[in-house]
Amino acid sequence: MSDVTAAGMGGAKAPLDASSLAGASEVRDWITLLKPRVLSLVVYTGIIGLLVAPVGLHAVLAITAVLCITIAAGAAGALNMWYDRDIDAVMRRTIKRPIPAGRISADAALTYGIVLAVGSVALMGLATNWLAAGVLAGSIAFYVVIYTMWLKRRTPQNIVIGGAAGAFPPLIGWVAATGSIEALPLVLFAIIFMWTPPHFWALALFAHADYERAGVPMLPVTHGARETRRQVVIYTVLLVPLTLVPWLMGFNTWVYGAVALLLGANFLRHAWLVWRDEQDETGVSLTKDMPAKRCFKYSISYLFILFGVLALDRLILA
Amino acid sequence: MTPEERTIFDRRRRARNWAILGALAGLSLLFYFISVARLLRS
Repeated sequence: MSDVTAAGMGGAKAPLDASSLAGASEVRDWITLLKPRVLSLVVYTGIIGLLVAPVGLHAVLAITAVLCITIAAGAAGALNMWYDRDIDAVMRRTIKRPIPAGRISADAALTYGIVLAVGSVALMGLATNWLAAGVLAGSIAFYVVIYTMWLKRRTPQNIVIGGAAGAFPPLIGWVAATGSIEALPLVLFAIIFMWTPPHFWALALFAHADYERAGVPMLPVTHGARETRRQVVIYTVLLVPLTLVPWLMGFNTWVYGAVALLLGANFLRHAWLVWRDEQDETGVSLTKDMPAKRCFKYSISYLFILFGVLALDRLILA
Repeated sequence: MTPEERTIFDRRRRARNWAILGALAGLSLLFYFISVARLLRS
């Protein structure tokens, strides 16, 4: 928070001009930079990674590990907002963010992101182990460099490859507890990786005007709505068998397998409805993309329930 | 800057400084508890 000066808690007041007020940020602006809405899924899947690990971690160290995952994800979000400030300024969904709105300077956001990123990685290393810190650093670098700086503006596959960034938390949670990388956390990584494309493309179907205005090559912008619908179905078809792997490998019981199958069948139904939505000749929805909106909402509940059942099954039944 | 703007500016700055103080205090406590937990583990 580089625009903080000495006057706040009773210090001498420096002379101010009107331009100072324009840059006056509120605490909530700094919280907004961390993308708090995205953090809930990161925290949740990180906790699941810790819970399903075969080695217990001291409660303080476990809480610290989750805190580090949260701060690191927030730091990556802040660095993303710093880099994307030009496209945020032209997208209706993001125009009120602190940087395009002028409440936080770009330099301050960059400093904030770097400090939080370095701090979270160092704290993870000191509290748990340096392999977990390394994977955490890798996840930040992947999101900021590979996704934000490289893929997002260049290819409609941005979401597919960039989705790996959001898949790291359960792996980091597991490594923080065990100090090693094994099959189950890699499967959890793969599940989130495969879940990301249908989740984001369902969103992109009804929010593509914003991406088009900003020149971001999301799939509906570059290949049209019809191809996007097809891809939503393809990735959901690939996702469902993948969610059964923890059961097939013996990490979970048939209870998890049955729930995963039921949830997956419902996800497939939503994807199918997106595919069969009433469309014009170019694939644009005639129903205001209602199936895509329902599919997007369901995809969030799907991942929360799937991972919750996976953890409960492993802790209680397996 | 008008007196009202000055008041808003001071309020925001004070809130930020309290937030930083809280974060630093929390971090200090966290380091203390991490040290204790690691000592217990070893």
